[in-house]
Amino acid sequence: MKSQTLFLVARRLLRLCALIVAVAFAVFVLLKASPFDPVNAYLGPAIAHVGPEQKMQIASIWGLDRPLYEQFLRWAGNLLTGNLGYSITYNTAVSEVIGSRIATSLILTGLAWLCSGILGFGLGLIAAAWEGHAIDRIIRLYCYILAATPTFWLGMLMLALFSVRLGWTPICCAGPIGVPADDVSFLQRIHHLILPLTALTLFGVAQIALHSRAKLIEVLQSDFIILARAQGATRADIILRHGVRNAALPALTVLFATIGEIFGGAILAEQVFAWPGLGRATVEAGIRGDVALLLAIAMLTTLIVSTGNMIADMLYRVVDPRLKERR
Amino acid sequence: MKKTSVNGRIRALLSALFALSVIILISVSAWYAGETGIRADFASRNIPPSLSQWFGTDQMGRDMFARTMHGLTLSLRVGVLAAGLSVIIALTVVLLSGFGKLADSIGGFVTDAMLSMPHLVLLILISFALGGGTGAVIIAVAVSHWPRFARILRAELIQVRAAPWVEASRGFGKSRSFILINHILPHLLPQMLVGFLLMFPHAILHEAGLTFLGFGLEPSRPAIGIMLSEAMKSIMAGRWWLALFPGMSLLMMVLCFDLLASGIRRLISPREAQT
Repeated sequence: MKSQTLFLVARRLLRLCALIVAVAFAVFVLLKASPFDPVNAYLGPAIAHVGPEQKMQIASIWGLDRPLYEQFLRWAGNLLTGNLGYSITYNTAVSEVIGSRIATSLILTGLAWLCSGILGFGLGLIAAAWEGHAIDRIIRLYCYILAATPTFWLGMLMLALFSVRLGWTPICCAGPIGVPADDVSFLQRIHHLILPLTALTLFGVAQIALHSRAKLIEVLQSDFIILARAQGATRADIILRHGVRNAALPALTVLFATIGEIFGGAILAEQVFAWPGLGRATVEAGIRGDVALLLAIAMLTTLIVSTGNMIADMLYRVVDPRLKERR
Repeated sequence: MKKTSVNGRIRALLSALFALSVIILISVSAWYAGETGIRADFASRNIPPSLSQWFGTDQMGRDMFARTMHGLTLSLRVGVLAAGLSVIIALTVVLLSGFGKLADSIGGFVTDAMLSMPHLVLLILISFALGGGTGAVIIAVAVSHWPRFARILRAELIQVRAAPWVEASRGFGKSRSFILINHILPHLLPQMLVGFLLMFPHAILHEAGLTFLGFGLEPSRPAIGIMLSEAMKSIMAGRWWLALFPGMSLLMMVLCFDLLASGIRRLISPREAQT
C-alpha cells in the first residue's frame, strides 16, 4: 500500500515536470511569435540613433538569428542555472525584480487565499446546516452575485467609499508614500493591507462556500448521520463532529484547485490598489514588451499553480478512493 | 420534490425569458441611442447622475448611460464569439480524444497544461503575442477557457460510452468514428448550449479585466473595461459614478446570463438541476 502511494506520487511529480516543460516551450513560442521586436523595445527612444546594421549586431549577440529550438534550449539552460535574464522595464536582473516583489505579493495573495478558504468554508457550513432556510438563501444569493462581480470593480468601489469618501484607509501602495519599504511599521502595513485583502478575499469566497455547502449537504444525507440523529445527537454535534470532518477535505481540494484564480484576481487587485507586487510587474512587462520578465513570471505562476493542481488531484484520490481504481 | 415539477419548469422558463428580454433590450437600446451619447460635449462635463442623465457624464462630457449601453453590446459581441469559439474547441478536443487511449492521454495532458497557468497570465501572454486588439482578446479568451468545459464534456463522453446502446452498436461491429458521430455527439450537443451559457459570464468578465489592464480592446472603443480604467483616474477626485454604473450594468448582464443558463439547464436536464 505504501509503495503504491509512493509510486503514485512519483508518477504525479514526473507528470508535473513534463507539464512544466511543455508549458515553458509553449510560452516561449508564444512570446517569440509576438509582433513586439525585442531589439526595438530594448532601445526605446534611442532607436533614432541606431542603424539597421547595429540592430542586426545586437540581434546576433543575443542569438535572435538562431533557430527557435536553439534559442529555447539556451533560455531553458539559463533558467536552470538561475539566470533569468535582464528586465528592460526595471533596468535590473529579472531575479532581482522578482525577489524584491514576491514577498509583498505572497503576503497579499497567500493571506487572501487562506481567508477566503476559512470564510468560504464557514459560510458553506452555515448554509448547509440551515438548508432551505432564509440564511441559506441569503448566503447562496450572495455567492452567486459575488461570482458575477468583476473583482477590480469591487476594489474600485471600496477605494471610492473607504479611501476617498470616508478617508479610513490609504489610497494606494503597500506603505506610506515616500517612506522606504524597510521603515514601514507593522501597523502601517496592516492599514495598507486591509482593503486589497478584503477585495481579494471576497473574490475567492463564493466558489469555496458553494462547494462546501453542496458537500456538507451530501454528507448530512448519509446513513451514519441518520444513525447519529437517532442516537439523539444535536444538530451542532452532528455538524461539528461528522460534517466538518467529512466536508473539510473536499473544501481543501477546491481551495488548492483555485490557486490559479486567486493569482489572476491578484493581478487585477494589485493594479487597482497600486500594490507593488508581481501582478503590477506582469502588467508593466506586458505593456512595455519586457519578454524576459514576462517569461519568468509566467513560469513562476505555472510552477505554483500546477503544484496546487497536483495537490488537489491527489487529494481527490484521498477523498474518493474509487478514483484510484479507474486509472 | 419540494414543489410540483410543472411549477419549477414554468418558473425556469419565465426566468430564462426574462433574462433573454433584458439582454435583447440592452442591445436594442444601444442601437437606439446611436452615436449621440458617445460624442464629447465640453459644455456638460463631470455632471453627477441626475434624472436627465441617469449615469452622469465623464470628463469629456460624454453621457455615461449611452456609453455603458454601447460597452455592454461590445461585451456581448466579444462574449458570444469567445464563448462560442471556446465551446467548439472543447468539443473538438474531446471528440478527438475519444478515438483511443493515446489520444485521450494527449488530450488530458493538453487540458492540464492549459489549466496550469492563471487565466489572466495566459490571457496577457496571448494578447501580447497577438499584438492586442479585439480579435486578440476574443482568441485569448476562447483559447484560455475551453479546458474547464472540456473536462465536463469528457466526463459526459465516458458516461455515454458505457451506455448499453453504445455497447450494442459496438457489438454490431460499428467503427469508433461511427459511434462517436452517431451516438456520442448527439448527447454532447445539449451540453454545449449549457456550457456556452455558463462560459459566457467568465468570458465577459475576463474581457473586462484584460481591457482594464490595458491589453484588451482599443482605447477608442467604449468598452466597459476602458470606461473603468478611465474611471480609475477620477476616483481620487470623488467622481464615483464613473465607476459605479458601468460595473453595475456589467454585473446585471452577467447575472441575467446566469439566470438564463440555470433556467435552460433546468429545462434540458431536470435531474441535474436539483443539485
